[in-house]
Amino acid sequence: MHVSRYDGFMGDEPILNRKIQGDRLELAASGSWTASHTELLERQVAAATESWSNTRTTSIDVAGVAELDTLGAWLLERLLRHASEQGREAQFIGVPGRYRGLLDEVGQVNRQPPPDRSTPNRLLLALDSIGRASVNLKTSLDMFLEMFGALSASLLRVLIRPPSFRLTSAVHHLNRVGWQAVPIVLLITFLIGCIIAQQGFFHFRKFGADSYVVDMVGILVLRELGVLIVAIMVAGRSGSAYTAELGSMKMREEIDALRTMGFDPVEVLILPRVIALVIALPILTFIGSMAALYGGGLVAWLYGDMNPQTFIARLREAISVTHFQVGMIKAPFMALVIGVVACSEGLKVKGSAESLGLQTTTSVVKSIFLVIVLDGVFAIFFASIGM
Amino acid sequence: MNAPAEQIVIRVRDLVVGFGGQVVLDHLSLDVRRGEILGFVGASGSGKSVLLRTIIGLIPKRQGSIQIAGMSLDTATAQEIRAIGRRWGILFQQGALFSSLTVRQNVQFPMRENLTISPRLLDEMAMAKLEMVGLSPADADKFPSQLSGGMTKRAALARALALDPEILFLDEPTSGLDPISGGEFDSLIKTLQRTLGFTVFMVTHDLDSLHSVCDRVAVLADGKIEVEGPMSTVLASKHPWVQAYFLGKRTRVKAHAVN
Repeated sequence: MHVSRYDGFMGDEPILNRKIQGDRLELAASGSWTASHTELLERQVAAATESWSNTRTTSIDVAGVAELDTLGAWLLERLLRHASEQGREAQFIGVPGRYRGLLDEVGQVNRQPPPDRSTPNRLLLALDSIGRASVNLKTSLDMFLEMFGALSASLLRVLIRPPSFRLTSAVHHLNRVGWQAVPIVLLITFLIGCIIAQQGFFHFRKFGADSYVVDMVGILVLRELGVLIVAIMVAGRSGSAYTAELGSMKMREEIDALRTMGFDPVEVLILPRVIALVIALPILTFIGSMAALYGGGLVAWLYGDMNPQTFIARLREAISVTHFQVGMIKAPFMALVIGVVACSEGLKVKGSAESLGLQTTTSVVKSIFLVIVLDGVFAIFFASIGM
Repeated sequence: MNAPAEQIVIRVRDLVVGFGGQVVLDHLSLDVRRGEILGFVGASGSGKSVLLRTIIGLIPKRQGSIQIAGMSLDTATAQEIRAIGRRWGILFQQGALFSSLTVRQNVQFPMRENLTISPRLLDEMAMAKLEMVGLSPADADKFPSQLSGGMTKRAALARALALDPEILFLDEPTSGLDPISGGEFDSLIKTLQRTLGFTVFMVTHDLDSLHSVCDRVAVLADGKIEVEGPMSTVLASKHPWVQAYFLGKRTRVKAHAVN
């Protein structure tokens, strides 16, 4: 029946002839009524429907149809229904035996009116989305706090019963988010240090303040930039990985499986990941800050004509341990925020691939935003205690 | 293997497929005739799905030839391969519905890509296909993650049938369905096959399907087709696995219950 339908040879073109015999409209279909001729078929059927004549009965002769598939059969059925809707008698005539089943089958479909898919008005939609966004804000805050609470609870359990801590898992993640991130962190912070120093020399030189470049590089890197750059990189590099991993585990019901076996997913999956981050981020911050200072020193030497001895001596005068502490204290808190956001976004993933992508994006955007907000809060805090 | 050549839709000759040092299919030959429902059985891990995936070109073969409707995928141009993609429909074991599209959009996808078609007709055709496989219009706007196992299979079948294919590949269509739903699914395939006249290549484990809908059955054992033919031929086979499978304890219990 379906011989060589798409073999380049597409069969005869479909034709719909109409003729009026007394008060009877006679439509005769012939040729290939198949999907390969969709465009032509639709046009002919539409034309026939528009120029409908006011006759009492309608017949559709399908004896001449050479090939028929579901699409063609549906279009014939549509013609028939159009006739019946006008309150006229309508029927197929000359139906070959091999098409009988298909036409009967198609005669039963699309009988119910299609479900309502009209779009409500714009204003309502806008209000609706504002409402949803507000509710979402609250739910995501709730989820953040919930995850934070669940983490604290499982941390407490682990402290009471240390053997239950997944050390292997934590070390594995520490390797991934810490050790394997070292090269890229070194490179980027080194470059940032170089750029700040170069900009400093270029602009400070105009009013002879060359030597203060060292103060700027030292304080900026140790207090703010080192930790901020590293935290943003870790959020993009490791936070997104956490979200994607947990999300795909959620999609494949692995997390449900864990839960039914009596394990707490927070303890098994999330705690080791977050602890690995909390350990890794301060180390990376330290490495990154040193790389940035090194870069600054190098630029000072090559571009600013300041030899390394002078740079180090100036640095010693300019910065104190306090600056270093301010930077380092922030690191584990930023790691915590990144970890909690990444994991709770991962658990929000639903069934579709699109939702995995969406949550991963949200995770990165939200954790970078929160890292910066946290940095601001810390700045106020340190200023008020005089650090 | 004595059917006239033009009646053979899928012709597999001396097919060898393996992974690393392991040979899964060892000089396998098989014919699928036009308009039949061929049931394909074999032990778990014997390579049934591998054969299906090799035929549709997802797994590379080491030796042998595969012809589908007289065309070999090895020598076909990209355009021919695309054209042949319109002539077959595949129902994957897990449905493989696109998770970010609704059921309706899933069914419309092949039509939208391959045909010049108006939105109205596209909608009507999608609903027609969904109704033909027994889904209600209310299910059309659901996402795959909101469907039950049986509904997923039906939606995937509707997508496989979107372009009225000549050949329908089914990978364990009734697995994961209860016997009643499985039986319904079988009779659905039989009815659609009679109406639309396509050829079915069905990998299955379901003895009921084999008895009720398959015109012929092929049994895969040790990388080859052990026996091929109507159910009576297969039942007469002396191969130990075939005997154990078709005449084993579980089957006898079922036969008992029926009697």
